[in-house]
Amino acid sequence: MSDFDAGTGATAGGSAALAAAQAQLKKIKKQKVLLMGKSGSGKSSMRSIIFSNYVAKDTRRLGATIDIDLSHVKFLGNLTLNLWDCGGQEAFMENYLSQQRSHVFSNVGVLIYVFDIKSGEWERDLGTYVNIISALVQYSREAQVFILIHKMDLVARNHREADYEAAVAAVRRKTAEACAIVRRLRNDSGAATKLSSSSSQQPPGGSSSGAGDLDLDVDVQFFATSIWDQSLYKAWASIIHDLVPNLPIIETQLASLGQAVDADEILLFERTSFLVVSKWTSQEGDSNPYGDRFERMSNILKAWKHTCSSFTGTPRNAEQFSDFEYRMGTSFSMFVTKFTTNTFILVCLPPGEARFNSAKLNVAAARPWFKYLDGPVVPPGSSQGPGVPAGSGYGGGGGGGAGEMGMGPPEN
Amino acid sequence: MSSSSAPGAGDPVPIDDGDRPSRPRPVRFISPAVLNLHRVYEQDQQRIQNKDGVKVPDPTVAQVKGKPRLLIMGQKGSGKSSISSVVFHKLPAAETLFMESTARIQKDSLNSFMEFQVWDFPGQIDIFNNPSYSFDLDAIFGEVGALIWVIDALDDYSESISRLNMTVVHLQRSYPHITIEVLVHKVDSLTEDYRGEIVREVELRTLDELGDLGVENAPISFHLTSIYNHSIFEAFSKVIQKLIPRLGQLEAMLTSLCRTCRFEKAYLFDVNTKIYIASDSTPEDTTSYVICSDYVDVIIDLTEVYGSWPRSQQWRDRLEGEPFNQTLEEQVGCEWAESVMVLADSKRPIMLREVDRFLALVAIMKEGSYDKMAQINMNVDVVVKGLTDFFEITRAGEKSRTGQEMVGQLPQN
Ligand SMILES: Nc1nc2c(ncn2[C@@H]2O[C@H](COP(=O)(O)OP(=O)(O)OP(=O)(O)O)[C@@H](O)[C@H]2O)c(=O)[nH]1
Ligand SMILES: Nc1nc2c(ncn2[C@@H]2O[C@H](COP(=O)(O)OP(=O)(O)OP(=O)(O)O)[C@@H](O)[C@H]2O)c(=O)[nH]1
Ligand SMILES: [Mg+2]
Ligand SMILES: [Mg+2]
Repeated sequence: MSDFDAGTGATAGGSAALAAAQAQLKKIKKQKVLLMGKSGSGKSSMRSIIFSNYVAKDTRRLGATIDIDLSHVKFLGNLTLNLWDCGGQEAFMENYLSQQRSHVFSNVGVLIYVFDIKSGEWERDLGTYVNIISALVQYSREAQVFILIHKMDLVARNHREADYEAAVAAVRRKTAEACAIVRRLRNDSGAATKLSSSSSQQPPGGSSSGAGDLDLDVDVQFFATSIWDQSLYKAWASIIHDLVPNLPIIETQLASLGQAVDADEILLFERTSFLVVSKWTSQEGDSNPYGDRFERMSNILKAWKHTCSSFTGTPRNAEQFSDFEYRMGTSFSMFVTKFTTNTFILVCLPPGEARFNSAKLNVAAARPWFKYLDGPVVPPGSSQGPGVPAGSGYGGGGGGGAGEMGMGPPEN
Repeated sequence: MSSSSAPGAGDPVPIDDGDRPSRPRPVRFISPAVLNLHRVYEQDQQRIQNKDGVKVPDPTVAQVKGKPRLLIMGQKGSGKSSISSVVFHKLPAAETLFMESTARIQKDSLNSFMEFQVWDFPGQIDIFNNPSYSFDLDAIFGEVGALIWVIDALDDYSESISRLNMTVVHLQRSYPHITIEVLVHKVDSLTEDYRGEIVREVELRTLDELGDLGVENAPISFHLTSIYNHSIFEAFSKVIQKLIPRLGQLEAMLTSLCRTCRFEKAYLFDVNTKIYIASDSTPEDTTSYVICSDYVDVIIDLTEVYGSWPRSQQWRDRLEGEPFNQTLEEQVGCEWAESVMVLADSKRPIMLREVDRFLALVAIMKEGSYDKMAQINMNVDVVVKGLTDFFEITRAGEKSRTGQEMVGQLPQN
């Protein structure tokens, strides 16, 4: 079994681009994330569960959010989420769309829109949604949109799929409608240039109302969610995934580590949310029939943290466990351990005492290679500027450059 | 989903419960004639119907003698079917919202560390006083077991208490070996103070009325329960423990393990239900039970995800080749599942060790024990061996023993 240090030495190999990268990576990336949807749809609940270690039942105590509840979530070392939890009562919504319009909808990286599947007034909810999407497209055309069809637990099991599909179809229709409205508005006023000014991909001065039509389609991703199961973690892991800086480096290094310790699977969790930041799976591990296992692991470990906090009486956001080992006879072994300051790592291995012990040592030895997860330091690789599609300069276990994913200009 | 983790005992309890979705109301009233049809149908279907494929024996046939029986009764809508689904079939508590009213007795046969039966009664029939059908009471109460009477704490419970007392009177007269367990149920939305008040009131009224009916010293216990937290599993643990022959011996084994390994608390869990069937002799402690039971949950979930599917032959061949040149069986230290979790606060580890197909030993260890794991595991091995022997004897004994003889052994403690 190869030693991790030797196995990945090449990754750290000096690269000419390193110096150039320095400037880029010193920056902490900030992302403005809007959380919207009608009052009572569950926005504050999911935020509290993911980032504040509430359990589902604690959310029954949450009151309605007044205006906008702004929080800065430090996610790993060099990503900060500016989470705008926007109270959904009608008066507030109207205000976001009018007085606060540019304040709320400018520089948005991600919009998460939450629909309550059991809402009695779908038509009305969809109407509001159209207005919100129009405003978003007007001010932040590059924003990613995630639609959560939420509270799925309230739908009887045998209706879930059909109800979800129907909701998705309706929201899709309305999204197109919203885009059409903005397009018409633009064509009418000829204000296309002004509206798209925040776009960095637009060739300078090249936007005409005709060209604008094409990229006005908003790309939305849908998730069926409930705070009562792991579906919430699936949705949020996807939302987070594209925002994490240095992702290609993380992936490459996890793969090297996995191969070095002979693992079948490795998951890297952010330490507070326990969202899966990155993962690696061996060929054998790929035949695992549990496709939902990543969000399940988040959910299981998060629930466990909560149990520990009731047991020890320590605050729920405190670190609750440091080490976990599980050897299941001749079936598999695994351990979960504190990895870097901001992460936990789960390693699933084939059975065997020696394999297990050496993997633990090697994972501990690999910690320094992942230091950059804890702060804006230079990772063993280089960076490309924002806006340039990442994806060609890195690969294999070898040196190679890797890029910060271009997510549009940082907010400040 | 084990995942909607229940709170610890010290958790603040949400009082405002306005947002719990209201239950779709099934038609609860069924006429006696229809009910009778159901009953006839049920008798025909009984063998085919059981969903788990476990054969449910006809209660009138003598072969079932010796299996302890849990009889769950109470008013309709009090939560009986929810309880039996959550405890014995791992239904997530929230899913009980869609549960339909029970129309006929549901009989479950569970094969665990010991075999037992769970009968879920329809709240709307009165077995002692039914106009359309007279029940064979011997077939119901003839076995050793417990009557579990569920009272909805959120509802007016006067009628439930009088029905309970009628039942107690019958049982005391003809089946005094049945223990009676009253669950004051659905207390999840009540404050701690109010819970205490309600259980006291239920207890007082029950014992008062029973006194008026001339029954003294009936074997009744009261429990506060909810399917939304651990209380229901803890209550069933106590109920089941009364049905285990030679419980004292088990407790002695765990107590001695705690002494030799310096454990703070040790439990023997029935893994499938998270009922603990024994613990050491230190005082009961809900917080310890909760963390150990959640630990069992974690292990079950991880085992399902990573341990329940077959690996390929190539995988095995590779692992058994260089540099080990040993079979996987030779490479592992222990053929049973074993696990340790080190908590951050005081480095107090929790350990779990599989005993057999049904049982696991879970213990909270003292600070710093993690370094002595090798030695601890040796001691645990010895106790696990003792436990295995214990249950082999018990299982063998069950086959030859009749229910009545088991009763004679019960109150050992
Ligand atoms: N059944 C169910 N209830 C949920 C779910 N998510 C949230 N809830 C409940 O919905 C209620 C309202 O949740 P909030 O998170 O306060 O709603 P909100 O969207 O923040 O509302 P505003 O702040 O007024 O905009 C709470 O009682 C939650 O417990 C879910 O997935 N299923
Ligand atoms: N809040 C709360 N609700 C519960 C609890 N247990 C059961 N319920 C609810 O009570 C309702 C009735 O539950 P059932 O289990 O069908 O009641 P039952 O006693 O079997 O009723 P019958 O079959 O008609 O006799 C369901 O909506 C459950 O969700 C609990 O601990 N807390
Ligand atoms: Mg809110
Ligand atoms: Mg029922």
